[in-house]
Amino acid sequence: MLRSNLVNIAVIVLLVAYAVSGEMFDAPYNITLATKVAILGMAGAGLNLALGYCGLISFGHAAFFGLGGYVAGILAVHAFNHQPIFLGWSGTNQMIAIWVFALLATGLLALLIGLLSLRTSGVYFIMITLAFAQMLYYFAISWPSYGGEDGLSTYLRNGFPGLNTMDGMSFFMVCLAWLVFVLWLSSRIINSRFGLAMQAVRENPVRLAGLGVSPFRVKLTVFVLSGMITGIAGALYTDLNRFVSPSVLSWHMSGEIMILVIIGGVATLSGPVAGAMLFIFLEQWLGGLTEFWQFWLGLMLLLVVLFARGGIIGTLNRWRAS
Amino acid sequence: MTEPVLEARALNKRFGAVVASDQVSLVLHSGEIHALIGPNGAGKSTLLKQLAGETASDSGEVFLSGQSLQGLDAVHRAKAGIARSFQISSIIPALTCEQNVLLSFEARERRIFRFFRPALGNLSSLEAASDYLLRVGLAGREGVIAAELSHGERRRLELAMVLALKPAVFLLDEPMAGLGPEGTGEIRSLLQDLRKEAPMLLVEHDMDAVFALADRISVLVYGKVIASGTPNEIKSNSAVQEAYLGDDI
Repeated sequence: MLRSNLVNIAVIVLLVAYAVSGEMFDAPYNITLATKVAILGMAGAGLNLALGYCGLISFGHAAFFGLGGYVAGILAVHAFNHQPIFLGWSGTNQMIAIWVFALLATGLLALLIGLLSLRTSGVYFIMITLAFAQMLYYFAISWPSYGGEDGLSTYLRNGFPGLNTMDGMSFFMVCLAWLVFVLWLSSRIINSRFGLAMQAVRENPVRLAGLGVSPFRVKLTVFVLSGMITGIAGALYTDLNRFVSPSVLSWHMSGEIMILVIIGGVATLSGPVAGAMLFIFLEQWLGGLTEFWQFWLGLMLLLVVLFARGGIIGTLNRWRAS
Repeated sequence: MTEPVLEARALNKRFGAVVASDQVSLVLHSGEIHALIGPNGAGKSTLLKQLAGETASDSGEVFLSGQSLQGLDAVHRAKAGIARSFQISSIIPALTCEQNVLLSFEARERRIFRFFRPALGNLSSLEAASDYLLRVGLAGREGVIAAELSHGERRRLELAMVLALKPAVFLLDEPMAGLGPEGTGEIRSLLQDLRKEAPMLLVEHDMDAVFALADRISVLVYGKVIASGTPNEIKSNSAVQEAYLGDDI
């Protein structure tokens, strides 16, 4: 337990060090990259609760990531243009308010998708979650009031009391705080009584039912929680880019979140963060060398799945333990 | 006569042309072990599934202490007090022995939807889990991952989980399957211990164990109860001998 905690702390320290180095050497792009890692890591941590700990292989988490992103974008654009959404209320450009709306919206969406899809399992569950996300994707593309295919620019980052969020480091700290909070929350949940039931759902739902606990209720709870966490990450992603487009709702996004969870380490606390680091690193470094960097990413994914069960963090934990 | 703890009335179940249960009725009284025997494919496991609510019966009704369980699924029947073990030990492999029993104990206490406090942080729950492990002979194995247990230990862990539910009825599906003579003996004395907690419907192929433990035996052949009675009555029943026991006894 202590060993894996050390690994978790090391991952966070590495992320912070990278951002701080960007600040020290006046390389704001590094801070942007570190922020992106924190956000994607958080999206992955959300998916990991469902996929890693509960065995719910959702291939539609872009729906939550994207909806969170659009909630942030739409509210911010209305506030910017002083243009009412309904009943004369014209959105908000305050992050805290936006997060509340993003949590509500993605929670409701996850409840709806979960109620309909969690009756199935295996390949059917994967396909239904994918289908829901794609529905939202095409909806966003064909809805011209919020940019349609071109996406939506928010011009300014939303505000946070006492911070200048346009400053890269300040915004990084906001995202880092969310990431650390989400990892802390995940670890509490995984080790709680409910966490035992989550793992029982993954491994033996019939047994759990035989103990008088409804596997469906456990799955639905996890799915909603997972969707909300990924949704907040999506809202932060809009603020990072000051832009949101249908691409955050596409199946590529779902795949990306899933890949970084698998490479980083399924059912490990900091696995999604490590996976996001490697993903961004490859995108930047290999992407600079060759247009076909995703080929190498794919190869790496294959190797991890074949030989390194538990991904980067799982391997580190095993290696330190032996 | 007091009210039976568990009663099945005229249960039927068909899978296409196969009749798995044919007008099956049986009663289980408090304090007794009722063994269900029959050749392979006789419908014993299906009957347990019907009683536990995993398989819906085509017709017929199940009563627990006089209350009809009509329309209740496995989750709600478990809550009502039916605890069952499976033919293949059904445990949670990734969890430790202690966590497995805790899961069961907390489920019984209706404390599963607690998200923040550590599962291993409640001293009285931990003590209870240790007690149950001790009773099934797994003392000192608390921290072992269940996946690493031997076959016999898994059987005992499952019994500890079932025991921790403090059920009204045990439904046990071949608790001795795949065990050597030594393991069978241990489970046999364990079942003697369990009967103090609640009556038991026992599906078992080990005839020595069945005749040693059971107060009453029902014989199931092609989904039909062809005989029901005390072990002596069953031994001397000619229909049973013909259908099932053969020359073994």
